[in-house]
Amino acid sequence: MAIEQDEIEKIAELARIRIADEQIGEVAQRITRILDMVDQLQAADTAGVEPMANPLDAVQLLRADTVTETNRREAFQAIAPAVEDGLYLVPKVID
Amino acid sequence: MQWETVIGLEVHLQLATRSKIFSGSATDFGAEPNTQASAVDLAMPGMLPVLNEQAVRYAVMFGLGIDAHIGMRSVFDRKNYFYPDLPKGYQISQFSDPIVGAGQFEIQLEDGSSKQIGITRAHLEEDAGKSLHEDFHGMSGIDLNRAGTPLLEIVSEPDIRSAAEAVAYLKTLHSLVTYLGISDGNMAEGSMRCDINISLRPMGSEKLGTRAEIKNVNSFRFVERAIRHEFERQADILESGGRIVQETRLYDADRDETRPMRSKEVANDYRYFPEPDLLPVVIDEQYVAEIRKSLPELPADKRQRFIEQHQLSAYDAGVLVDSPALADYYEQVVAACGDAKIAANWVQVELRGQLNKNELAIEASPVSANSLGQLITRILDNSISGKIAKQVFEAMWQGEDSADEIIEARGLKQVSDSGALEAMVDQVIADNAAQVTQFLEADDGKRKKLVGFFVGQVMKVSKGQANPQMVNKLLAEKLK
Amino acid sequence: MHTQTVAQLIQGLRDKRFSSVELTRHFCARITELNPVYNAFITVNEAAALTAAAAADERLAKGDAAALTGIPLAHKDIFCTQGLRTSCGSKMLDNFVPPYSATVIERFQGAGTVNLGKTNLDEFAMGSSNENSYYGPVKNPWDTKTVPGGSSGGSAAAVAAMMAPAATGTDTGGSIRQPAAFCGITGLKPTYGRVSRLGMVAYASSLDQGGPMAHTAEDCAILLNAMAGHDPLDSTSANVATEDYTAGLEKPLNGLRIGLPRQFFGDGLDAATGECINAALQELERQGATLVDITLPHSELTIPAYYIIAPAEASTNLSRFDGVRYGHRCESPQDLHDLYTRTREEGFGDEVKRRILVGTYALSAGYYDAYYKKAQQARRLIHGDFMTAFEQVDVIVGPTTPGPAFALGAKTDDPVAMYLEDVYTLAVNLAGLPGMSVPAGLVHGKPVGMQLIGPHFAESRLLNVAHRFQQATDWHTQTPQTGGDA
Repeated sequence: MAIEQDEIEKIAELARIRIADEQIGEVAQRITRILDMVDQLQAADTAGVEPMANPLDAVQLLRADTVTETNRREAFQAIAPAVEDGLYLVPKVID
Repeated sequence: MQWETVIGLEVHLQLATRSKIFSGSATDFGAEPNTQASAVDLAMPGMLPVLNEQAVRYAVMFGLGIDAHIGMRSVFDRKNYFYPDLPKGYQISQFSDPIVGAGQFEIQLEDGSSKQIGITRAHLEEDAGKSLHEDFHGMSGIDLNRAGTPLLEIVSEPDIRSAAEAVAYLKTLHSLVTYLGISDGNMAEGSMRCDINISLRPMGSEKLGTRAEIKNVNSFRFVERAIRHEFERQADILESGGRIVQETRLYDADRDETRPMRSKEVANDYRYFPEPDLLPVVIDEQYVAEIRKSLPELPADKRQRFIEQHQLSAYDAGVLVDSPALADYYEQVVAACGDAKIAANWVQVELRGQLNKNELAIEASPVSANSLGQLITRILDNSISGKIAKQVFEAMWQGEDSADEIIEARGLKQVSDSGALEAMVDQVIADNAAQVTQFLEADDGKRKKLVGFFVGQVMKVSKGQANPQMVNKLLAEKLK
Repeated sequence: MHTQTVAQLIQGLRDKRFSSVELTRHFCARITELNPVYNAFITVNEAAALTAAAAADERLAKGDAAALTGIPLAHKDIFCTQGLRTSCGSKMLDNFVPPYSATVIERFQGAGTVNLGKTNLDEFAMGSSNENSYYGPVKNPWDTKTVPGGSSGGSAAAVAAMMAPAATGTDTGGSIRQPAAFCGITGLKPTYGRVSRLGMVAYASSLDQGGPMAHTAEDCAILLNAMAGHDPLDSTSANVATEDYTAGLEKPLNGLRIGLPRQFFGDGLDAATGECINAALQELERQGATLVDITLPHSELTIPAYYIIAPAEASTNLSRFDGVRYGHRCESPQDLHDLYTRTREEGFGDEVKRRILVGTYALSAGYYDAYYKKAQQARRLIHGDFMTAFEQVDVIVGPTTPGPAFALGAKTDDPVAMYLEDVYTLAVNLAGLPGMSVPAGLVHGKPVGMQLIGPHFAESRLLNVAHRFQQATDWHTQTPQTGGDA
């Protein structure tokens, strides 16, 4: 199944990855190859089969409600690209 | 055209856990920015979520509180979107298998009627951080302290028909969750936030209109105003032949209007899928039974009990069960004085009046339930009149001693000594010869009015401490 | 010293034949000399390693050594190491120095090991040739014109070239076993959940699993003893008791039933590689095992199911790399959208972007049922095939890869051809099973690996079979000509 360029642009937008205009064609072509391969799955008869999200079919263990973390802001923000007054800075957020 | 408003509410309730839903960070409100954001909350590479048992327990408590179906196997999903207050680029939520399924509860309306509102579902999820818009050289600041605070998202059916019903729904919900103790319900701090889905349809029509969603409305008053405003906006559009656009809007309290949210302009595709870092949450009957056993008496049950046991009106009972602390206080007063009716009056009128005036919560009342009960006892045993009792209460409120000590120290005890009263009555009769003549010449109908003058005079002489029943009796004997 | 196994080095340290400082210095010298040729390490940790080695020597002298005190190891650069850059082979994390360590790293520290440095990998573990690294490809020590395999290619090359006695790797679709096969070493992917994923940067959460890479099965058992165990901070970690994985190594293979899946010996398998596997099977038979033909009827679903599930999970696991809290951030973003899209355009390499896009597509509205859900259903069918097979047999054996290492650049233009390299390894991850690759011969001077697959939590059984095989063969002791005088 060939994936159209505008569809690539749509998923790239969802994934927040910029793709230069001159590369979109090639990206679309390679992704089409991959999708053609995975489309073999469509032939499989999976009617009534329970999807398997975890290979052990295990269930969640629960944590006791205790505070175990301490304030490590300094260490965490030492590796941040832009901080001020303890806040992470980003270009203006518009609601 | 007569329009019917159709409203469904999504309430985001912060659960009162000590630590976050998926990490061991504290959830305290008002901490310095990012001091309660751990590596998990910051979505540092390789970090993984582990589910807080208390959040599960609180969700189940809520489910039982609304007689809902409990999801014995619930699943967390990832809801994917990019936003700076969402560090992982996805919110861990529950989509297809929530922990609480369909349920319902009854709301009380101002006119005394009640209505059933359906709950579609309630699911666990994590709160996002906060974007602070103060100007940092044209940038926004991100505080992730709130990220990962456990939320229960409670989704109602579109059963609500007016702003008043919406507010009643929220108040009932607020009362329920504070009874359960699963949330502090502090709306000013964002513990309970509300999204409003609202559409209009011609009265009598069954078909739902196109709805708008108003995000993050954070007080009862704003909910009411946002709905009224949105009703007018939609009615104007429809009546001028326009069409409602399905969109997300923001209520601006300063301007008292709703406006479209710019950040939600692009249709999102959340790409929900089961969160592979968490496993299905499976709870058993025993776990649910144990929680059911530990549930406190809920407001609806307490209200019914107050009506039956204390012979209160539906309205009075409703007011008194508003918060568990108020209801407990009331019942302690009843226990101390033995008269449920007078206790209800005092708690509702005098006590709540003072609390409201001073913006105090019941927990902070300077007059304890026992002290108030004692005061009422003194009315009941005729030690003081109701009027004097108000003076005593005022003194107690100001932090003076117990009712008895105040009564004693100020000499407020009612005069019931028949000798002393008789002397006062005789003096009043002697001092007001003209009125006595007038009284004696009047017919029975007029006499009833005129006797009040003599009672008043006696009370004046006694500085309010004369026992009014005895004064009446003496006057009746003497004025013949 | 560099030709010794971990088991021998432990004994050597105990017997004071050499110190941990000498050992560490020796391996650091080999890294200095050989890394420019093989590019197996992204970050060398020499100074801190020597400090740790000196501390280890003190403990050894005092006689309070832990199981691995003083043993130098290399770690795949996807395990977070506090204070030491953890790049994941990506420009995105080129400047990322974690303020915490992975559970695996902490466990090794607790066991006394010395961290030599961080090994190269395909970016975020996405690849089968180690050509998708921001830090350049790794060269296979057996033939520098060929790839070492991936994604744990740096770890495999480091062990093969004896720049480290053993290393950690991670395996999402074959990333321990395939490079182990290509580089002539032994690698174990444990049961999903056996080794904590905390602090191991996620590629595909429901498939990722860390494990040991070493010269011998015995060394893998020794390392697994340190790595394995329940981690309450990883919800997917298995709450199943561990065992001493060295305890059963010597058990005879009498009565062992070995399943040979028809689908692993078909047309796609290189003939010479197939002969090596057959010879290895004869050796196992000679030791008392019986060979049983089995079938894994849903095998053809493996590659498509994997290449939906893994990219889907990856597409959202990698959303956190947004230029806000750590890692790469584009210069002077115009607005929030620009910050995201340009940071991610610049920070991720082509294959990572492709998998994010494929995964985003597979999860997007209207495609979820046809792709993701269908793949998870196929996963259950594949899992069921193995469960049925393990009713008949104790282990499943086949080739690890369709052939020996391929030339650098041979498959870089065709992602699908690259994906087909993992045809025998992917199903093991989908089913969450333990799998091993054991050196089983040379084809034109290049190693090939035999893959052993067991039921959940049967690591001991795999290690036992591999160890017995290695007692009777010398493929695992053969080493490439690396030069190096150190």
